[in-house]
Amino acid sequence: MSQAGPLPIGIILGVIVFWLGIALVGLAAQRRFRLVSQVLFPLGGAGALVLAGAAFAALGQAPASLVLPLGLPDLPFHLRLDALSAFFLVLLGGTSFAISIFSAGYFRQAEGTPPGLLCLQYHMFLASMAGVLLADDAYLFMVAWETMALSSYFLVTTNHRIPEIRWAGFLYLLIAHVGAIAILLCFGAMQGFQGDYTFAAMRQAHLSGFWASVTFLLALFGFGAKAGLLPVHVWLPEAHPAAPSPVSAMMSGVMLKTAVYGLLRVTFDLLDTQLWWWGVLALGLGLITALYGVMFAAVQADMKRLLAYSSVENIGIIVAGVGLAIVFRAYGMNTLSALAMTAALYHCLNHAFFKSLLFLATGHVLHATGERNLGKLGGLIHRMPWVAIIALVGTLAIASLPPLNGFVSEWLLLQAFLFSPDLPNPYLHMLIPSAAGALVLAAALAGYVMVKFYGVIFLGRPREDKLAQAHDAGNWEKAGLLWLAAGCLLLGIFPVYVIAQLDFVTVDLIGRALGDTAGKTGWLFLTPVAPERASYSPLLFLVVIAVGVGFTYWMVRMFYHGRLRRGDPWDCGYPAQTPRMQDTAEGFGQPIRQIFEPFFVIERELPTPFDGAPRYRMTTRDRLWHWVYLPVARLAERMTSLVAVLQQGRIHVYLMYSFGTLLLLLLFAR
Amino acid sequence: MGIPVTSQMINILASLMLLIAFAMLSQRRIISLINLFAWQGAVLVASTLIVAGTTGQEHLFYSALITLVLKVILLPWILHRLIRRLNVKWDVETLINIPTTMLAGLLLVIVAFNLALPISEMASTVTRSTLGIAMACVLLSFLMMITRSKAVPQVIGFLSMENGLFFAATSATYGMPMVVELGIALDVLVGTLIFAIFFFQIRQTFDSLDLKHMEKLKE
Repeated sequence: MSQAGPLPIGIILGVIVFWLGIALVGLAAQRRFRLVSQVLFPLGGAGALVLAGAAFAALGQAPASLVLPLGLPDLPFHLRLDALSAFFLVLLGGTSFAISIFSAGYFRQAEGTPPGLLCLQYHMFLASMAGVLLADDAYLFMVAWETMALSSYFLVTTNHRIPEIRWAGFLYLLIAHVGAIAILLCFGAMQGFQGDYTFAAMRQAHLSGFWASVTFLLALFGFGAKAGLLPVHVWLPEAHPAAPSPVSAMMSGVMLKTAVYGLLRVTFDLLDTQLWWWGVLALGLGLITALYGVMFAAVQADMKRLLAYSSVENIGIIVAGVGLAIVFRAYGMNTLSALAMTAALYHCLNHAFFKSLLFLATGHVLHATGERNLGKLGGLIHRMPWVAIIALVGTLAIASLPPLNGFVSEWLLLQAFLFSPDLPNPYLHMLIPSAAGALVLAAALAGYVMVKFYGVIFLGRPREDKLAQAHDAGNWEKAGLLWLAAGCLLLGIFPVYVIAQLDFVTVDLIGRALGDTAGKTGWLFLTPVAPERASYSPLLFLVVIAVGVGFTYWMVRMFYHGRLRRGDPWDCGYPAQTPRMQDTAEGFGQPIRQIFEPFFVIERELPTPFDGAPRYRMTTRDRLWHWVYLPVARLAERMTSLVAVLQQGRIHVYLMYSFGTLLLLLLFAR
Repeated sequence: MGIPVTSQMINILASLMLLIAFAMLSQRRIISLINLFAWQGAVLVASTLIVAGTTGQEHLFYSALITLVLKVILLPWILHRLIRRLNVKWDVETLINIPTTMLAGLLLVIVAFNLALPISEMASTVTRSTLGIAMACVLLSFLMMITRSKAVPQVIGFLSMENGLFFAATSATYGMPMVVELGIALDVLVGTLIFAIFFFQIRQTFDSLDLKHMEKLKE
């Protein structure tokens, strides 16, 4: 580690101020659409790149702190930039750069909120996320956290004239605040009754097992509500489709990660002990979330809802990795803990890149066709080859196929699972291998979901006539998408280098690094624990795939040259076939719906054979909605109706209340 | 001679305050109610002047002056004008009949004296015996606010409650600091003006100043 320099933290602070400045300019120039879209958004993107660079430089440095004389009197804002913050800031900057660039070409006039206000909310959102990552006291953390929730709420409700979107925004805000209360209580429990809410004091405090467990459970619930863990995941599939696509990309790619950051910060940095059952809880919850998410993703017919459920799945995988890291850490197996943690962090980074990429791609599809329903898309690869090819990269990455990035993190996580027999606890011996099975199932189903996603949107024949007018992406949009696709590719091909950077974080939190073993055999082969155990070379994969495909192409051209014939896709030899006869999203998801039927509430409308204009309609809903949310809502309603009795509407009665209170206080409190 | 003359005079004025408070509680006509309010202010001015003369507290002269200008002249004048502009000639309607209200008022006076007893034993001011009366005035005005169904008497109740508080302050501690008094005086003035605006708005919306129409505002 080199010496601590105030430079990176200063630059990052400068970028935050810069973003706030852009936000204000956007507010001032509300109606000047060209200025906002062509100047302000790219400037914000440049700021994001600077932020990522500064944070990257800070990765290897000792933690730097700063006290800002802002906030309440005697309660200044504390900032601290350590490896964990720096890693997540790199993620924030690297992803939001592309999203800002894409947004420059995406937002249109006369769509809901005026562009200037959108610019204000967007950059407030960015600045508050950076604030969350830099905060070094509970006060600044909560202020930034709430600003983040509110600014994203306004972004979600950009098209606030549509009642469903208002409802989705309300649900999001509600769950965000329930989570925020849990986080606030978590900080309250963690300061150990000292009254000092700086993180430095919390690191010093020694909590008893009970209070530490209370803290962890509150943190898991509070940050889980933001990340979308079961059972507080319901806002994701509502809010993501409601928001404009760059906002969905930002929320799914970056904001969910701030919740992971919070969980890691509390569990590994602020608490001084970790108990093994915390890890088992997080692991179990994460895996259930992953399976649940991917199952629902498989039966969705709306492309953004599908991606939202896929985010639920990926967050589940990340939290499972965190849980595994806690288990290993609790038993003192620090190297393996570092392995699981590296996998979780790596997956955060990967998910930020490929999920933003896919959300942006769906955003472009939505703009070009006006359709979100998978049943009305199809064949777009001919209309928008650019977007289709870049989306293919994202699709392969999220389906965790080598040599792209999704594979590396899931492979690392599985490696970590395979070491669980070393654990000194007989129950965990038996449980964790089955958990690895669940993880593999989730990963396989994710592949299935992605085949459906890509195949139905881009392949086959257009299901509607209007799709013929669809156009390819503009230059700003192409640039943003290209950046993310390149990120997916590079993160996949150079894992040894990425892990060397992640080591700074694990050394900070756990005290071990993978670097010594992971790159033992050079930069070409990734060997997480030992070369004889497992190794993986993405570059070799890439070369083999490229050579194989090239050779096959060459052979085909050699032997079938000149006899190339174009037919309709998925024609299957039937002479009379319409685009409506292709496999649909519902049809593709049907096996999953059959197998996992008990998990869904399915409502189907089947037309009779004599129906002149047959319509098939199917909705799948979440059982948790009936099991958890409606009972809670009913309980809250019943309790508030008790209080509502007080509200008579008569001023005299209200005066009586004050009078009675005054008399009582005078009589009893003298 | 047990009690000095000034103390006796203050006691007489205090009992006048209480009497006026009861008179306001039982008054049915709104014009008389405003006049009673002005009289209460006058009694307050007199008692403040006597306290100021006895103790040599200079700032009490100023507060007596403010009270004179504000509560004896300005506010009654505003209220009279308001009544004329609103053209309300009706009698004051009560929610509970007046004898019952009077009985409740008696009970409140007993409570107030009971509460004030320990405090006035500790105090060393010449006016300490009047603290119970001041408190009773506050509670009686509150009771008036509760039992009147129209908006204007409620505002008068509010203003006379402020009179009681002022009286309590002079009797317990020779008045509040000047800054606080000035602030309260301004509050009362501004409050009355805002209430006046509200009256017009309420009448415009509900065609009446009866507060039972506002019940439908609740959710």
